Amino acid sequence: MKILVCISNVPDTTSKITFTNDNTAFNNVGVQYIVNPYDEIALSKAIDLAEGGKGSVTVITVGDASTDATIRKALATGADNAIRINALPRDAWFVANQIANYAKESNFDLILTGRESIDYNGTQVGAFIASILNIPSVSISKKLDIDGRTATVEREIEGGKEVLTLNLPAVIGTAEGVAETKIPNMRGIMTARTKPLDVIEPIEVTQLSRIVKFETPEPRGAVTLVDASDVEKLVSLLHEKAKVI
Amino acid sequence: MSILVYVENTDGQFKKSAFEAVSYAKAVADQSGNQVVALSIGNVEDAQLTLLGKYGASKVLNVNTEQLKSFVNQAYAAIIVDAAKSNDASVLILSNSFSGKGLAPRVAAKLNAALADGAIELPSATGENLQVKTGAFSGKAFAFVELTSTIKVIALNPNSFEVKEAETSATIENYSPSIDAEDFSTIVKDIIRATDKISLPEADIVVSAGRGLKGPENWGMIEELADVLGAATACSKPVSDAGWRPHSEHVGQTGIAVSPNLYIAIGISGAIQHLAGVSASKTIVVINKDPEAPFFKVADYGIVGDAFDVIPKLIVALKAYKEL
Repeated sequence: MKILVCISNVPDTTSKITFTNDNTAFNNVGVQYIVNPYDEIALSKAIDLAEGGKGSVTVITVGDASTDATIRKALATGADNAIRINALPRDAWFVANQIANYAKESNFDLILTGRESIDYNGTQVGAFIASILNIPSVSISKKLDIDGRTATVEREIEGGKEVLTLNLPAVIGTAEGVAETKIPNMRGIMTARTKPLDVIEPIEVTQLSRIVKFETPEPRGAVTLVDASDVEKLVSLLHEKAKVI
Repeated sequence: MSILVYVENTDGQFKKSAFEAVSYAKAVADQSGNQVVALSIGNVEDAQLTLLGKYGASKVLNVNTEQLKSFVNQAYAAIIVDAAKSNDASVLILSNSFSGKGLAPRVAAKLNAALADGAIELPSATGENLQVKTGAFSGKAFAFVELTSTIKVIALNPNSFEVKEAETSATIENYSPSIDAEDFSTIVKDIIRATDKISLPEADIVVSAGRGLKGPENWGMIEELADVLGAATACSKPVSDAGWRPHSEHVGQTGIAVSPNLYIAIGISGAIQHLAGVSASKTIVVINKDPEAPFFKVADYGIVGDAFDVIPKLIVALKAYKEL
């Protein structure tokens, strides 16, 4: 089974988020980049599925050379080879077109993405790829089993879950529960340097959207502390002041 | 031209998020002097469909066939695209729900449309373009996305736009677009819904607890508190990782992001990964025995105290308040 895992290079969870150029660009000075945590779940699942010679795992990302460290981390975790589309990821539509363009020539059985990226919090790339390739997709899966050419997926729905089957090839977005996140071991780190990382130039894509500015949320006012012996006060504050009950 | 809104049903009933989407569509339509066309797919009774008129739909397209009773991503997307084209829709609105997140990109791709997902406010028009405010960086920022395509798709976050009644009434039309057999390659085998539970992403009030509760056997008081408030229950990552509570309750960075009116955090320290999932909440109450817990820094109200002491008292106080 040939598996393609889409990796996004995102600011570390604990990064302070600030903007430059009059709040039109993300300020990446001093920011540590990591493999998007949801994509790590996708990668870990792919490695499980391919284990014991049952398949191969290719990771793909859209980014400039500064993303190579993130790609090497994915290779160290256990991917067999990597593709980098040499372009800055403009938006989800651009990224999806680059990946779909690569995938359509390569006959992957399964394309995995994380359910969303922790930077722009979009859930778009996976379903865009599936739409371009005209294959089925599930955007947020909690469980994934593959049997021959059939995938059985448990997906989250409001107030419950849904179990569905779909034929491969398919695109599946992974969330918590699909796999335990793997961490690179020493052997993985050593071999990562020798695994192939191919750099491909991007294709032209019509731009349909752009981010015009960013804002940071208004800081909340100082906390109003209520004494533990006076919970009635909390109830009346929530009713009269916050007006939420 | 029209504004098309796709409304999702749960077992034939529209929930609050559906009415939010219609109200949002109506406000967008009023900006441009258009009418709202609502599209429903699945087995929904006329009485429910009529309700959409109350919130601003002038026309309701009803797709009700056995084949489409349960959600099939590709087939539903094909129908929405068909309806958008036949109603000359300039803007298409969906809920940014679990299903909506899978639908919106497919629909946008087929319509050559730009997509803003996770919208939290009404768009503003700049010439032919629309600017949409969305959440970004897991609650640490907002991004204003400008949609420059002819048709625009907006996926609205639940609990972000108030349901508003409008002075409209809707005509209901049966709608039966043709769908390709290959759009049915996914098959729903089973739906498991905890009917007595309030859905977490849509909940107005969320009661959430963490490791401070010491063990799963102590969740009785959390559930009782949630019950009194009509709230959904949630938990922190260590709690779901330990198997005390299901993963579906995990709120935070790798779990679910929520934006209720009231979020009550009990025995949760407030790690940055957890805050990423709750910072869009309108009011945050933190109950923790550690006065240094970082969660207090982002809270509106706080009680420094032991959950085992405070929660039973809070339940009593809330019950008394509800009886007034």
